[in-house]
Amino acid sequence: MATALYRLIKYGFQTFWRQRLLTVATMVIILLALLVFQGLIMFGVVGNTALNAIQDKIDISIYFKTNTPEDEILRVKREIEAAEEVKEVEYISRARALEIFEERHSEDETITQALAELEENPLSASLNIKAQNPDQYGAVASHLEEVISPDLVENITYNQNQAVIDRLAAIIRVSRQVGILAAVFLTIVAVLVSFNTILLGIYSNRDEIGIMRLVGASNLYVRGPFVVMGIIYGFIAGILSIILSAPVVYLSSPYVRLFIPEMDLAGYFTSHLFVLLFYQLAFGVVIGVLSSLIAIRRYLKT
Amino acid sequence: MINFQNVSKQYNNSEPALTDVSFKIDPNEFVSIVGRSGAGKSTLVKLLIAEEKPSRGRVTFGHYDVGKLKPTELPKLRRHIGVVFQDFRLLPTKSAYENIAFALEVAGRKHGEIDDLVQEVLDLVDLSDKGRNFVHELSGGEKQRVAIARAMVNRPDVIVADEPTGNLDPFNTLEIVNLLTQINELGTTVILATHNKDVVNQLNKRVIVLENGRVARDEEGGRYSLT
Repeated sequence: MATALYRLIKYGFQTFWRQRLLTVATMVIILLALLVFQGLIMFGVVGNTALNAIQDKIDISIYFKTNTPEDEILRVKREIEAAEEVKEVEYISRARALEIFEERHSEDETITQALAELEENPLSASLNIKAQNPDQYGAVASHLEEVISPDLVENITYNQNQAVIDRLAAIIRVSRQVGILAAVFLTIVAVLVSFNTILLGIYSNRDEIGIMRLVGASNLYVRGPFVVMGIIYGFIAGILSIILSAPVVYLSSPYVRLFIPEMDLAGYFTSHLFVLLFYQLAFGVVIGVLSSLIAIRRYLKT
Repeated sequence: MINFQNVSKQYNNSEPALTDVSFKIDPNEFVSIVGRSGAGKSTLVKLLIAEEKPSRGRVTFGHYDVGKLKPTELPKLRRHIGVVFQDFRLLPTKSAYENIAFALEVAGRKHGEIDDLVQEVLDLVDLSDKGRNFVHELSGGEKQRVAIARAMVNRPDVIVADEPTGNLDPFNTLEIVNLLTQINELGTTVILATHNKDVVNQLNKRVIVLENGRVARDEEGGRYSLT
């Protein structure tokens, strides 16, 4: 068995090298498919980061009356956190609200003077509520009505922003669905193009396959070298796809950051290099091997 | 060894290629199969090498029944038969040596045996110095000798040659026929399908004449003659 395996690998490399015009052309197509796949991964990461950044900006704020006791606010906080739609609740005390206000307006003398003249902190304590999912703010708002007495509350921002929040939530949901559909469609196209290219390569070798069978080669000896070639295609194309996409990622990273400050594309690429390489090698080798196995089947039937 | 019993072959709804063909070939025989174009020679060869199955009748090769062959048995049968074709059918991406060695490798021969066996048959066909040449670097006669060497290297029970001299000049034709005769004298059965009158008449061996898919004549020491 080891001898047979050695021979199959030898034939695979031999044919790969001796038909290099054909094999390079085939490998270029698989490389393009892998670059599409790599592009989809990076686009997905950027898209998800952008959508998460937008999603993170959506929240519901509850401003309490200035005479509401802190322990009552904290009780309300605990009750809201218990709801499964709620991702997190941030409590900003009156003192902290004043600090934030002063930091934000430290350049504005008028406001700074006005604050100094006030005897009392005019700002309210608040709770900032983020939902697990933008579609759930409606449910969160309904839940708030159950747990909070209107006597305690000065203002709830959801009521003014409901239309915007609902629209943003819809955009995010549709964007994610469209993204997934586009990724699936492009992946299928890339796989089909690669399969057809390998099929054509095997078709151009149909006479040789017939000769091998006439000489007494079993299916193993006919199929094996093409599977080996499929592995070689996938492996080389996988490595090349990472090498070629690296400069594109590093060059485009600063520009991506202009639009999406949260997205460090180069950092992501570097920190996930081996995972991305693994995906590319796996995808490339699977395409190469499966395409070879399927394409050669018709030549093995007696 | 080879037995055709009332064999007929029809492709789809066309005229039958062979009708009720019966003959036996014993070990060590040299048999020429002759006939016009379309007489059924190539179909007969395809049945011999199990490239086709008979529509009716029975083709047996030793203990193999071609009509009932399992897919896994086909490669094993083919290793008992050496085939030589008019268009040589060599693997273009391999050298002469590699083409011959391939027949041994797929038969599972050990690495150590292969070199000696290949050199032996290259010597036999007088191509010892051409082993490293690729197929496109060989002349027609040399290609056919490599094909014969490949056919012989596994010591098959029979060599089937389908118009092996069809693409060769008279000098190379003579060389190939002499080689086949030599192989037969060494103990291998040879079946030669040809429409070359001079070759058949020179051989003075058994001749089976096919006409319109039927056996018209089957004579020991026959001559090429069509009605």
